[in-house]
Amino acid sequence: MDLSPLYISIKVAFVATIITIILGIAAARYVLKIRRFKGLIDGVFTLPMVLPPTVVGFFLLVIFGRNSLFGKILMQFDINIVFTWVGAVIASTVVSFPLMYRTVRGAFEQFDITIIYAARTLGISEFKIFYKIIIPNVIPSIIAGTVLAFARALGEFGATIMLAGNIPGRTQTMAVAVYTAVQAGDRAKAYSWVLIICIMSFTSIILINFWNNRQDKKTAKRGDS
Amino acid sequence: MRLMKKNILILFITTIMLLMMLSGCTIKLLGAPNKDTLSDVSNGTDTSSDVSKATSTEVSAVNPTNTTEKVELVVAAAASLTDVATEIADRYKAVAPNVTVTYTFGSSGALQTQIEEGAPVDVFMSAANKQMTALEAKGLIQVGTKKELLVNKVVLIIQKDSTKEIKSFEDIATDKVSTIALGEPTSVPVGQYTEDIFTSLGILDKVKPKSNYGSDVRQVLTWVESGEVDCGVVYATDAISSDKIKVVCEAPKDSHKSVIYPVAVLKSSKYTVEAQGFLEFLSTTEVTNVFKKYGFKMK
Repeated sequence: MDLSPLYISIKVAFVATIITIILGIAAARYVLKIRRFKGLIDGVFTLPMVLPPTVVGFFLLVIFGRNSLFGKILMQFDINIVFTWVGAVIASTVVSFPLMYRTVRGAFEQFDITIIYAARTLGISEFKIFYKIIIPNVIPSIIAGTVLAFARALGEFGATIMLAGNIPGRTQTMAVAVYTAVQAGDRAKAYSWVLIICIMSFTSIILINFWNNRQDKKTAKRGDS
Repeated sequence: MRLMKKNILILFITTIMLLMMLSGCTIKLLGAPNKDTLSDVSNGTDTSSDVSKATSTEVSAVNPTNTTEKVELVVAAAASLTDVATEIADRYKAVAPNVTVTYTFGSSGALQTQIEEGAPVDVFMSAANKQMTALEAKGLIQVGTKKELLVNKVVLIIQKDSTKEIKSFEDIATDKVSTIALGEPTSVPVGQYTEDIFTSLGILDKVKPKSNYGSDVRQVLTWVESGEVDCGVVYATDAISSDKIKVVCEAPKDSHKSVIYPVAVLKSSKYTVEAQGFLEFLSTTEVTNVFKKYGFKMK
């Protein structure tokens, strides 16, 4: 069996997750800081999670297609996103972004504000407070969001096939490979990919549970002493 | 506070720039290897003896296709063509070694949208005339390249070991059939054709209460394979792909619009000559036989 969909999936999900971590944390921080249009911006950031992926894919296709203004600008630089693995990365990033954003935002909101006040009285800069105090304290949420985002990016189908197409060996991810195998009536191939996807997704969920449990025990111990 | 916002903005911009750079890299990477191999080859000839140099130039003069740069054709093909198209691409390697055929498979409607939005496609193989006509109307197809290549048949199928006495489409209206699987008429093309058949036979009202609608043609096939329904209506190409069912009969002539697979070269293609060459290859006897093996008929 040609294993290229596995490698493409992992590559795409990996890059998409890295971008999602950065954008997700930044967006969560940004939404907490702003006063006006908070609900509106939050809605826009969460939208990719509730919209059907095919709709997200269609939007992305229109945005990156050569008929749009943005597409025309990209054309000037001879950059083409449609039908490339970068397109798959963008699709996965957009779809997995809300998972990261919402998880981290929840953690930020629950963060003890008095610690920040204390830090401010000591004259630490806002940016230093952010990455020296807040980030280390919300690491469990960041990791939880990362695992969720990675699992989501790994299984992305609707938006990916719209923007990146279904080119075997280049943009055909595992989820797309299942679709193609079913369409072509190749049951055996479909089953094997389904099995691989199930194992990978299940493992990532188990890992996060395991890690959470360990984390809980740690805090419990700390409470005892 | 203000500093914070600035930092976030910078973070956003760097990520986007990173993305842009990544995409730039892939494009360069895609283009680069071909040139490298070509220059390697020419270097090789330079270092070799004068005699071989002379012969190589002679050969290239006689057969120009050997020296043409490597070309990659992107072919957008309907998902129902997956198997047959892959086999054809393998065979095309022997005919035109400098051309690599790369497929992207999807539903014809989705492919149409992608082409409209500027996906870099050279050849379009659609499963229906509708999508091709739409692209033609928008001026996205190279004039004179459109060709109605294949015809698919609509057939009535039953499970291989079925003991039902089903012999024709008319039998579906009788008591011999209690359940039938059909494609959803609004969204599945074969479902539309099936409804046309029943309408032209005048048995639509009798068939409707027995109908189970599948969300695609593969689901209909699965239901018949597992014996959950007495019979089903699918394309001949789907029927040939399964050994657990048998074909009862083809749909009566003129009872539905013909199922046509058109092909065409797209206007945006940079490799018109190579794309035309591939289209011509699709009509050769070698390929015709491959299509027949998978249950298609030539137009």
